[in-house]
Amino acid sequence: MNFKSVKEILTAIKNKDVSVIELTSNYLDKIKERDDELNCFITLTEELALNKARKIDEEIAKNKVRALSGLPIAQKDIFCTKNIKTSCGSKMLDNFVSPYNATVIEKLNNAGTIMLGKTNMDEFAMGSSNETSFYGPVKNPWDTEYVPGGSSGGSASAVAARISPCSTGTDTGGSIRQPASLCGICGLKPTYGRVSRYGMIAFASSLDQAGIFTTDALDAAILLKEMSGYDEKDSTSSSVEVPDYHSYCLSDTNHKYTVGIPEEFVKDLNDDVKKVFYDSVKVLEKVGCKIKTINLKYTSLGVSAYQVVAPAECSSNLSRFDGVRYGHRSDNSSDLENLYRESRSEGFGKEVKRRILVGTYALSAGYYDAYYLKAQKVRNLIANDFKDAFDQVDLIIGPTTPDKAFKIGEKMNDPIAMYLSDVYTVSTNLAGLPAMSIPMGFKENMPLGLQIIGNHFDEKNILKISHLYQQETDWHKREPGK
Amino acid sequence: MWETVIGLEIHVQLSTESKLFSSASTDFGADQNTQASVIDLAMPGVLPVLNKNAVDMAVKFGLAVDAKIARKSIFARKNYFYPDLPKGYQISQYELPIVFDGKLDIYIDGTKKSVGITRAHLEEDAGKSIHDLYEDESAIDLNRAGTPLIEIVSEPDMRSSREAVTYLKKIHSIVKSLGISDGNMQEGSFRCDANISLRKPGDEFGTRAEIKNINSFKFVESAINYEAIRQRDILESGESVIQETRLYDPKKDETRPMRSKEEANDYRYFPDPDLLPVEISQEKIDKIKLTLPELPDDKKDRYKNNYGLKEDDAEILSLNSNLSTFFDESIKESDSNPQLVANFILSELVGLCNKHNIDISVATIKPSHISQLMNYIDQGKISSKQAKDILNELWAGKLDIDEIIRSKNIEQVSDTEILMKEAQKILEKHPKEVQDYKNGKDKLMGFFVGQIMKEMKGKANPKVLNEVLNKLLKE
Repeated sequence: MNFKSVKEILTAIKNKDVSVIELTSNYLDKIKERDDELNCFITLTEELALNKARKIDEEIAKNKVRALSGLPIAQKDIFCTKNIKTSCGSKMLDNFVSPYNATVIEKLNNAGTIMLGKTNMDEFAMGSSNETSFYGPVKNPWDTEYVPGGSSGGSASAVAARISPCSTGTDTGGSIRQPASLCGICGLKPTYGRVSRYGMIAFASSLDQAGIFTTDALDAAILLKEMSGYDEKDSTSSSVEVPDYHSYCLSDTNHKYTVGIPEEFVKDLNDDVKKVFYDSVKVLEKVGCKIKTINLKYTSLGVSAYQVVAPAECSSNLSRFDGVRYGHRSDNSSDLENLYRESRSEGFGKEVKRRILVGTYALSAGYYDAYYLKAQKVRNLIANDFKDAFDQVDLIIGPTTPDKAFKIGEKMNDPIAMYLSDVYTVSTNLAGLPAMSIPMGFKENMPLGLQIIGNHFDEKNILKISHLYQQETDWHKREPGK
Repeated sequence: MWETVIGLEIHVQLSTESKLFSSASTDFGADQNTQASVIDLAMPGVLPVLNKNAVDMAVKFGLAVDAKIARKSIFARKNYFYPDLPKGYQISQYELPIVFDGKLDIYIDGTKKSVGITRAHLEEDAGKSIHDLYEDESAIDLNRAGTPLIEIVSEPDMRSSREAVTYLKKIHSIVKSLGISDGNMQEGSFRCDANISLRKPGDEFGTRAEIKNINSFKFVESAINYEAIRQRDILESGESVIQETRLYDPKKDETRPMRSKEEANDYRYFPDPDLLPVEISQEKIDKIKLTLPELPDDKKDRYKNNYGLKEDDAEILSLNSNLSTFFDESIKESDSNPQLVANFILSELVGLCNKHNIDISVATIKPSHISQLMNYIDQGKISSKQAKDILNELWAGKLDIDEIIRSKNIEQVSDTEILMKEAQKILEKHPKEVQDYKNGKDKLMGFFVGQIMKEMKGKANPKVLNEVLNKLLKE
């Protein structure tokens, strides 16, 4: 059994070419075979998956077909899943079983998906290599000495290794696109507000957005439709209409996109990445895109602004993990202050503590104006930069990451170098824009991603240009070890 | 001489059905932690959704105190750790409150004084920490967590505990009149922090102490008085007042500093990214304006102008919405002079309420009882003294006035013919006194009345009796 895409799976199930139980068991077997090495999953929900698979099979027998009937999926362990451990990659929540479902989970469950398990991630989504997880690092299936990227490393690695046909992720500064790039798959971060954040454990509320990993753009289009939409439980979710992305991608309107390449995204690239990138530009030209050089002059300030805003919000968002109502509580607590201090000292890892400290500092009286407020101003500048750019072009492209994946352990002691690997991804979060990484080639046998950034709520054109690109290339069909 | 400078921060629980950011009920008195949703418990991943009714209520308040309504206001997070604050931050408003720049006029001995209202903002209440339930542990009840509050911050415009209490009572009356709070002070729906400092008149403001969480009018008065004396003693001994947060202990009638750990720290306020700015259109404000009910000042004017009530009585009634509602209903079905009804309620009924520490709104005596009693007095059926006796019987639980009158056999005799007969009997018994009276000894009228009353066991209607006697003695 070897399906190439979500679309193939859905068709096979619908046509009763394969039973959901067979399919699910097959993926569970693949996970068991590979995951000791890759470490993609924190929790495997085998029994639940098999039960649901039987239920969907019964439905299919009665010709009741939901949008995603029988589709196996891996969920990032940042989404709350009712009665299932939801750890967020942290010791703090190692014992936490959520009493409710995140909206994303609810929607995908209702669409008929089969959850295979909860995937590994950087602790509280803070990291770019999946090395900060309490559950150990995830390996890159292209070479297990390398990181898969982060924070959604488990989800990305699982799809790249073909042990799950698709998975969810979240992206605060690049946590979907960067691992998609490093693992050679598609990763879509929608517009801020496109997908509900309810039940997604918050890292930086004004930047966090849920998205998906798939092997190709059409699969992403299918899944995005089911995840998106206004949610009354999330005041920041948008009521902008959700189009049928999939049929839009296939519609033969003869799109002649004007595509911008920001000088700031390419000027410091090494030769290998530059070559791969400009090869992909040629493909876009071939499918009729007009290429234009543009400027996003505040790009260099993105990481700095991000490293103030994200920790500031996280320092507040993570205050609820205090050992009082749920989560890790220290045994060494004699009084209230001690309970807080010990529970949080023991429950949080190094990177999380670092960001809480930075964020607390940035919000402190006397520093607020110099850091938080200034970062918000930079954020506005970056947003305006994009706004001006989208007056000239339809879409913006560049490499997703400055380089291929790095080795496990390589950057763990150099947080600044780690943060800088987000240089091309953070600014879209700051501006709330949608962006996607799709495979564009290899450097030294490790994959590289092409980032496509769209205007607000213009996911459909990101998906469409990706689909056009993927009709001309086969990078997305390459599988590790083959 | 020292001048006391007082500013008040009043926390008013809004009477919405559900919480400020969750759909959990706000009912008081449910079992512990049964009215806390996943949002109130601050489960990972949950998000707040603003209760629009609370916004409307805050706007109503703003309009009632002549304040400006922010067309755009922002919720901010106030960060601090405490077990009854599940998120580790309180959602409040900081830089842009929903209501600002208002004022309230209060009257002290008939003299008007304006108190500025700096701002009123929306925020959520914390849960409750209970320290005396278990020996070695503290308990937390999160039912109250997330209950909507408005915090009303005054300018430091008050100069005595009396002014402060009058202002507080007026705010209380306004929020009750508006129907935006039950104002129940025992249950903590209405509580206040008082900022107090001393200065020589004309000097800059002195260093202030903040007394937290006072939950009765009386305690506010006592706390301010105590604090003013404490600060005076400090200043007169040449030392300085320390800026600190204090608590008022009603048992000892004193204020004392809070432990430093409970004290304010750096709250690291920043706009809550989970909530959009609250935007209110002028149309919306105008619409809410149309729904405003009669406010205390209008009420006072109505009592004075339409009913001819005395200034003081009109003021007292207008400042207590339960009392004024009771009064309004009492006069609705009574033909009596409203001032007499007011007198009866304010002296007799309020006296009983105070004695038994019961609010008039929950007393078994209803306005219909008062109308009936007042009508009976008017008709001469009972005397006002008897009305008081009947009131006591009503208070004790008997609720049928006619039944009380029958059982106590206290109905007044107002029938002229009966009284005429009784009077004639007495006058015939005392020919000498009749003669003396006719010769000018007016005082004897009282003697005749007394004799007749004695004979009739006090049931004669004094007014009719007087008329009858006058008529007979003129013959």
